[in-house]
Amino acid sequence: MTSLVNLYAIRAIYRFEMARTFRTLMQSIASPVLSTSLYFIVFGAAIGSRVGAIDGISYAAFIIPGLIMLSLLNESISNASFGIYMPRFSGTIYEVLSAPVSYFEVVCGYVGAAASKSLILGVLILITARLFVDYSVMHPVWMLGFLLLTSVTFSLFGFIIGIWADGFEKLQVVPMMIITPLTFLGGSFYSIGMLPPFWQKLALFNPVVYLISGFRWSFYGVADVSVGVSLGMTLLFMLICIVGIAWIFRTGYRLKT
Amino acid sequence: MQSIISVQALTKAYASGHQALKGIDLDIRRGEIFALLGPNGAGKTTLISIICGIVNPSSGVVLADGHDIVRDYRAARSKIGLVPQELSTDSFETVWATVNFSRGLFGKPANPALVEKLLRELSLWDKRDSRIMALSGGMKRRVMIAKALSHEPQILFLDEPTAGVDVELRRDMWEMVHRLRASGVTIILTTHYIEEAEQMADRIGVISQGRIILVEEKARLMAQLGKKQLSLQLQSPLAAIPEEFAQYPLELSADGQTLVYTFDAQGEQTGIAPLLRRLGDHGIDFKSLSSSESSLEDIFVSLVRQPR
Repeated sequence: MTSLVNLYAIRAIYRFEMARTFRTLMQSIASPVLSTSLYFIVFGAAIGSRVGAIDGISYAAFIIPGLIMLSLLNESISNASFGIYMPRFSGTIYEVLSAPVSYFEVVCGYVGAAASKSLILGVLILITARLFVDYSVMHPVWMLGFLLLTSVTFSLFGFIIGIWADGFEKLQVVPMMIITPLTFLGGSFYSIGMLPPFWQKLALFNPVVYLISGFRWSFYGVADVSVGVSLGMTLLFMLICIVGIAWIFRTGYRLKT
Repeated sequence: MQSIISVQALTKAYASGHQALKGIDLDIRRGEIFALLGPNGAGKTTLISIICGIVNPSSGVVLADGHDIVRDYRAARSKIGLVPQELSTDSFETVWATVNFSRGLFGKPANPALVEKLLRELSLWDKRDSRIMALSGGMKRRVMIAKALSHEPQILFLDEPTAGVDVELRRDMWEMVHRLRASGVTIILTTHYIEEAEQMADRIGVISQGRIILVEEKARLMAQLGKKQLSLQLQSPLAAIPEEFAQYPLELSADGQTLVYTFDAQGEQTGIAPLLRRLGDHGIDFKSLSSSESSLEDIFVSLVRQPR
């Protein structure tokens, strides 16, 4: 009677989360698409026309991968963190805790839904960008791979934040104070090679550099660091998040007393 | 018969150092309605939360239908439904969606007919497409019950089910509990309302300061401790109880005005009628009479007040 994996539970959580997304379509999809469009207009079309090509790519096209990453990271984190924080806040988490579900299934449901939403968002921004900029994707499979990997990794990270946060402020703090600066400084709008040597070295400590570099490589075949290193660093960060979540569930941190 | 829930030497110490449970041993029989009574902070909710998997035990073993709640949590939890004390519901979901969500979460395939039946029984069918936040408190409570029953549990925990609930819903809820029991569901409820335990439960457990201090059949408990007294206000005071009445458990008040007859409330023969006839035969008239019963509440209060 009891199967190995409670697929019904994964599906229930996934659907619940997706329903929440579609209920808040304006906030969760429309608003990031709009803000990214504004970046395209301002930096791509208006300012970009006066900026020279970087690595032989027009500036407007150059910033596309970075802008997608910017939205992807923030939305993955905020969606996944909100998804698990809300039941904790409202008290409905009791039901998940008392259900015959494993931690793996809980994470699959919540993180799967958050990552799905990010993927949808990423694709929507790609399509929107096409309206402003003419670009091509050199390695589409890699591009989708990086998109998927980043969405999952940062949704896992968001899940951790949603468990850690004990107030709405903390939910906002990490995306606002850490992720956004790291993304801006991680080469969304410039190539790391344009920085003075010292700052170039420092930038290598910024994990987002690897994400953007790898993602940009999948578009244009040029990168700040080799694609293997990008992939490795992304996988490493994912592994760290998985270990963190495993620890959370093993100890019941902020979930069970 | 194997007990459906078996709690053995269960303890819980919270990180704050508070020892909420100090070695609980408790067996719940299959198919019974068990009422757990206790003052605030006695450990009722902690005990239920551990059995349901919301709180980690510090030590001890709990078996639900033979399955260890920690090692074999999947099998154990799929048998259990929980209606917690706090009203915690999603706000934006519809009644229909949230009940179906619960069923899926507990690993059961969708069954719209069953969910419809549940919602009809709980008078929620008309509200199935309403968002939960638009419902009254009583309705939300019903939604939580529907969620708890959505996966057809064999064991149902009701933590303070009727706290803050209106009379009508309380009556509905009692009826539902009896219906569930008739269908074979074991029900464990905690309550502050002693009358509720008195009316509903087959057995009663009293928990106080993290210990179970008594578990007893309700009927036995009432019989053991439940005495009725009949007080007769006499027409004219008596100096002493006449010898003819020595066989009766009678007491005379100090002023000789009141005669008190103590009898077993559960007994077949209370002996009141013959007593009154014989009093009349002896010319002992009374102005008025009143009776009082030691309720479960009196028993309960005396139990938890006892120094330990």
